[in-house]
Amino acid sequence: MIVRELELDLDAFEGPFDLLLTLVLKEELDLADVDVAGIVVRFLERLGEREELDLDACGEFLVLVAALLELKARGLFEDEAAELADLEPEEAAEELARRLAEYRRMKEAGGWLAERLAEERDRFFRIGPAPLAPQPERKLAPQEPEQLAEVIRLLAKEPPAVSLSHMALRFPPVSQFVERFRALLSRRSRFDFDAELGGLSRVEQAVAFLALLELRRADEITISQAAPFAPIRVARVGEESAAADERTLAWNARSA
Amino acid sequence: MERPLRLVTANPLDQLARTLEALLVVAGAPLPLEELVAAADDDGERVEMALGLLSERYREGRSGIVLEQVAGGWAFRASRDAAVACGRLFERPVQRGLSQASLETLAIVAYLGPVTRPEIARIRGVAADSAVAGLVERGLISEAGRDDGVGGAVKYRTTPMFERVFGLESLSQLPRLDDLAGDVDDLRERLHAVAEQRTA
Repeated sequence: MIVRELELDLDAFEGPFDLLLTLVLKEELDLADVDVAGIVVRFLERLGEREELDLDACGEFLVLVAALLELKARGLFEDEAAELADLEPEEAAEELARRLAEYRRMKEAGGWLAERLAEERDRFFRIGPAPLAPQPERKLAPQEPEQLAEVIRLLAKEPPAVSLSHMALRFPPVSQFVERFRALLSRRSRFDFDAELGGLSRVEQAVAFLALLELRRADEITISQAAPFAPIRVARVGEESAAADERTLAWNARSA
Repeated sequence: MERPLRLVTANPLDQLARTLEALLVVAGAPLPLEELVAAADDDGERVEMALGLLSERYREGRSGIVLEQVAGGWAFRASRDAAVACGRLFERPVQRGLSQASLETLAIVAYLGPVTRPEIARIRGVAADSAVAGLVERGLISEAGRDDGVGGAVKYRTTPMFERVFGLESLSQLPRLDDLAGDVDDLRERLHAVAEQRTA
């Protein structure tokens, strides 16, 4: 029998023994949740199924389970490990006996509760939230009529009208400006963006700028600007290179 | 024990008994005596006598509704004769039984509560997290403050529901801890034998 392949079916774990060990060592499974007695019982069952006593398996199992138990004990009594280590063996034995007695009593009490629950199984009763308790009536403090009128007047005052201007915001179609610029460039080889659209609103200017980018992408125009915030010059493709030097000079003179 | 007050007809406590009956039928949980006294706006002793009268009227074998003292108060429940019929229509508060781990955890909380999970784990020797969570979900135990100090662990105690489910008037009806067999003499002897070997 191979101990590591022992199949386990515990509350906290289901699978082969060596996987359990791996998980415990990697701290992915809390040993406190593992019922070590369950492992022992499973091993004994498997052992019982065989006719011969497999001493090697028993030895290996003992070593593994002893290691598991030690780990578990350390985990459970972390803070007390030092405290217990200081005790004389006699005292430690007494302390352990005391704890075992405490647990045994609780186990007995659990048994008593189980019996009681079985006896009282036929109890049916209403479970539900109680109806709400009545709220005490709140008495209002006496008030001066004038003062109340004053306060109500404040409340009755018409609030300032809410601005709806943002709702009127309309975005003209980009195509409108695309057409306009094409028409413009069919008459003139270049134009000054700001000069052409100076009279329009911010939103319209923004849309016009989008139209400009659109035309640039289609390679219909070239755009140039001498410096940040300088006027934007727009030219038909082909016109640009020819007149570049001349214009740059002219713009410089203008911005200066 | 035949008290003249329990003679039903024209009992001077009848009116009070009717009031108490009404309060108990509206209540969703056992009503402590003080609350009944306050709500009925009557004398404490008279309320107790009227409750005695009602207990006689609503007792097992005589009525389908039984008045009982449970979880520190007074409450109606169904008579045991009706349990089968009730079971067809309603689920029991603890329909599925409790596991050994849950019972032991419940015992520890009942006897030692308010008690924290680490304390429960210390006594049982295994982590109590899932048992505690299950008992909270069933309404048998509930949180009761935290341990002193920073990040103190949550403490738990049993609920009135626990007493109702187990038919206890109060936690004092649990068997005395000293009466429960905590007898580990055999183990103690073996432990001491080991200790002697270690010292030798």
